[in-house]
Parts: sequence; C-alpha cells; structure tokens
Amino acid sequence: MTISIPTTVIIMVLGLIGIGIYALLTTRHLLKVIVALQLLVKGAMLALVLAGRLTGQEDLGQSLAITVIIADTIVAVIGMALAVQVRRVIGTLDLRSLTSLRR
Amino acid sequence: MLHVLIAAATLVCAIQAVRAARLLVSALWLAGASALVALEMYLLGAPEIAVIELSVGAGLVTVLFVFAINLTGEENLDERRMIPRPLAWVLLFSAGALLLIFILPGINQPATGQVYGTFREIFWEDRQLDTLLQILMILAGVLGVLGLLSDQKTDLTPSQKEHRA
Repeated sequence: MTISIPTTVIIMVLGLIGIGIYALLTTRHLLKVIVALQLLVKGAMLALVLAGRLTGQEDLGQSLAITVIIADTIVAVIGMALAVQVRRVIGTLDLRSLTSLRR
Repeated sequence: MLHVLIAAATLVCAIQAVRAARLLVSALWLAGASALVALEMYLLGAPEIAVIELSVGAGLVTVLFVFAINLTGEENLDERRMIPRPLAWVLLFSAGALLLIFILPGINQPATGQVYGTFREIFWEDRQLDTLLQILMILAGVLGVLGLLSDQKTDLTPSQKEHRA
C-alpha cells in the first residue's frame, strides 16, 4: 500500500498543528509558547503550499506562504523580546505569574 | 516513501521540541523540524519558500532563540499545567475533527480555479498592500530586536518606575 503525497503532507500538517495546539494549551513557559507557535505556523504554511499545489495555483499559495513566514518570524522575535523584558522585570517566565488576578 | 520518512521525522522533531526539558535542546529540535519542513516544501515544488524557510525558520529563529535563552537563563518550572491534561486532549481532538471536516471534502477535487499569474506578478503586483504591510512588520521586528538588545542598566526600583510613569 502506498500513501499518496497529499495524504502524507496532510498528516504532517495535522500532526504539526495538533502538537502546536497541545503545547500551547499545556505549557506555562513563555519561550515554550513561542516554540509551540512556530510549530503551529509551520503546519499552516505547509498547508498553504499544498493547497496551492492541489488547486493548480502554486504561485498564489507560495506568495501567501512567504507572508506567513515573515509574520511568524516577527511574532517569534517580538515574543522573545517580551520574554527577555518580562524576565528582567518580574524575574520569572512562568505565565501564571504574569497575571495580577490571584486565585 | 521519502515523503513518509520526512513526515515521520518532522513529527518526531516536533514532539521532542515540545517535550524537551531544556530550552536549548527544544530550540535545536525546532530547528530540525524547520529544516525538514523546508525539505518537504522543496519536494512539493516550492524551492523559493524552502530556501526562505531554511534560512529564516531554521537559521535566524534558532540563533535568536539561543540568544534569548542566554539572556533569560534556563528556568525549570514545576509540572503543573495551564489547563488539565484531559481537557487539553478534548480541545485538541475537537480542533483536529474540525480541520478534517473542512479539509477532506476538497482533497480529491480536480483543480478548477483559474491561475492568477506567476509568482512575481502575484507577489509584487496583485498583493502590493500585503507587501507594504510585510515591510512594516519587518520594521516592527527590528524594533523588537532593539528591545531584546536594550541595555541592562535600566533596572529601576518600583518607586523609580512609578516616578517615571
């Protein structure tokens, strides 16, 4: 039994998005959140390229994927800058200590 | 066969990136996943995207990650989660089911959409506003890096902060 290329890529996309969502939901570390976002967006980007290929509009899909790469990188950079400053001011990267609403 | 191998290796890298206890190890697994995604994109016929993903996703972001880890230091948080693990699984499966519901009907349809033009035409002519916004985003990113690099000596005491605000 051979698995077709689109099916393989869709499994890859679903896996990356699933791992990203799970990590986003469970992690408490600010930098790990950025790792999770990166994985999530890689899945979305791959889905765009695949969708372009499946619909015969490869160039449209690729130009959208470039936008996604740039946006993703900027999110990562700003997130890291935020993490550095949070660490400097609050002294921890624990997301729970970022809230002022104590339970 | 190659695609299946790449998919499996990518998912292993992704799981390890999430599971790794040390942040540095996590960043390296993320770089591996990024490189494999770039390879898959190359095989899917998108070499430009693959090159950008490899240089930016696997290169730049990893370097910045190592830099940020250096500045913040490793910090081991205890094992308590943001939300309970069963709830996370339920949310994950509902998200996956929604994705499948939307993806599966369209997967075997023949390509019917008209082709809008070459990559260059689409990127520089049809999506000018997007390109402009991307330039703005890059500027925002530069400001972010400046924040990352901003000098260490602005460690104000709380009273000084209130005074300055």
